[in-house]
Amino acid sequence: MAKLKDRLLNFYRSRPITVFVFMALLAAVGAVLGMIVLVSVFRHKQEAQNPFFRVVELTDETDDPAVWGKNFPLQYDDYRQTVDQVRTRYGGSEAMERTPTQADPRSVVAQSRIEEDPRLKTMWAGYAFAKDFREERGHAYMLDDQTYTERQQVAKQPGTCLQCHASLVVPYKKAGDGDLVKGFEKFNQMPFAEARKLVTHPVACIDCHDPKTLQLRVTRPGFMEGIRAFKASQGVKDYDVNRDATRQEMRTFVCGQCHVEYYFKGPEKRLVYPWANGLKVEQILAYYDAEQFKDWTHADTGAPVLKAQHPEFEMWNQGIHARSGVSCADCHMPYKREGAQKISDHHVRSPLLNINRACQTCHKWPEAELQARAEGIQERTQHMRNLALDALVALIADLKTARATNPPPPALGAAQDFQRKAQFYLDFVEAENSTGFHAPEEALRVLGESIDFARQGQLALRPAKQ
Amino acid sequence: MLHITSVESRGSVKAPSKLTVFLAVLLALILGSAAGLGAFTFTYAHGASYLTNDPRACANCHVMQDHLDGWVKSSHRAVATCNDCHTPAGLLPKYFTKAEHGFFHSLAFTTGQFHDPIQIKARSLRVTENACRKCHKDIVHQIDIAANSTVGLSCTRCHADVGHMD
Repeated sequence: MAKLKDRLLNFYRSRPITVFVFMALLAAVGAVLGMIVLVSVFRHKQEAQNPFFRVVELTDETDDPAVWGKNFPLQYDDYRQTVDQVRTRYGGSEAMERTPTQADPRSVVAQSRIEEDPRLKTMWAGYAFAKDFREERGHAYMLDDQTYTERQQVAKQPGTCLQCHASLVVPYKKAGDGDLVKGFEKFNQMPFAEARKLVTHPVACIDCHDPKTLQLRVTRPGFMEGIRAFKASQGVKDYDVNRDATRQEMRTFVCGQCHVEYYFKGPEKRLVYPWANGLKVEQILAYYDAEQFKDWTHADTGAPVLKAQHPEFEMWNQGIHARSGVSCADCHMPYKREGAQKISDHHVRSPLLNINRACQTCHKWPEAELQARAEGIQERTQHMRNLALDALVALIADLKTARATNPPPPALGAAQDFQRKAQFYLDFVEAENSTGFHAPEEALRVLGESIDFARQGQLALRPAKQ
Repeated sequence: MLHITSVESRGSVKAPSKLTVFLAVLLALILGSAAGLGAFTFTYAHGASYLTNDPRACANCHVMQDHLDGWVKSSHRAVATCNDCHTPAGLLPKYFTKAEHGFFHSLAFTTGQFHDPIQIKARSLRVTENACRKCHKDIVHQIDIAANSTVGLSCTRCHADVGHMD
């Protein structure tokens, strides 16, 4: 032992500077590592306290999301990313360049769905959607894409549209002298161009959040009335969504304010969600039949037809995720870590672009496996959707021929009603933006019935057996 | 001893010089500072808590907060803490596992390089699978025999939420 000590001492005393420099460097490396850990621990501790710096005062008048973003920079950064245009296998938008014109200053748009699949033009013959229908883009574009679509030129659109194409809490309140519902009614009766001048932003923080508590809230009268009618059909009286819904329900309802089937009721163009019988396709169709409502008269066949519009909320309600209590936000705005903070991702997008956070929190399988499952569902839906579209186009062709005969066959009216049914059922899946994923079995059932309606329509037109 | 500078004091040991003494003192100061910094960081980061069985220690670094929250509401909260399922039996294997986890978790969280949501490693899963069998041996033994499988049955494949939902 003494020998080792002597040797070490000798080693040091013969090369003191070398030993010193080496040991000092070692200590320096240790100190650097210690500091890295210390600073990192300190920063994470600060983050974990979830600091919220009230830089600006938010009120129910603050509709500019950039102002909210000063208090909530992380959420605001994500929110701004909805400008991204990304494709998934069956959905998502692709950025297409176009030359801006005086009437339409957009330099980028999404791909045209009716050019991709001209059968859609046949289905919508005589309606504005046959003129221009592009793949939906992110939230950031909702106001521009509605303002500049060519549908505006071929049909007179009411201010009602803006309920879901702009941030409307402040404009509604201004128009209604402080009363949201009165403002909603006023907007519905304005022409689109006039109402358009009263709004500035696409959907913003204020549309889903209370400015004082940041709690989720429903601000769209169309949803408040629609969900009340739906709950009444289930025996729940006087349902007030902002009073009676749970926090987890609100994480779906704020999205259901707009991602739903709707129509404009009566000459006052009131926005109504057709849920008084229930949320399933046959219940919604029964409601329209009872109201004797049609969106337009089909140009080729004269049938009184309907356009289904993005019934994501209704479709999701028939699926396994809804049944398991999984909300829209759980997959489309999943929780994520920012350092030690946990926030919900305000970059609202397809879960297929964010599988690890959106799916793997519950489903502990590899990303590739989860993606294959989702795309398998979508592939089957897309295949059936194509068959249903072929069946409908065949019925429309038969109806067109039958209508031209003189005299028209007695079953023409019955066949036109089958077209109305087949078309609404098909569009209920086609216009729904998950390609069946929100409720796989239900989507296939609806498409199957659509094909059967087209078949029955063609049978009705057959000449009676002698 | 220090006043003797020119004569070798004993045997073959070199005598200290002013330079060696000065550098030795300086080195002591430097090493002491580094050690002090290390000690402070250790205390500030609740380093000692990692030697305990307290589940709160596992959420020190915040990543496990959801798992801790989930455990508090789980069926196993009254009978098993984190260490009961995530470290093997025996003092040495237990602290070896703790040290290994501690090092790699700190590395991941400090650099920010980790899969989110976090995923269990194959070795850690084996530890947990064995932990199930520590308590539920009587039932599981029969199942394992009945399954007669070369790959072995995984308890957590079906009972994934008994410890914590996340």
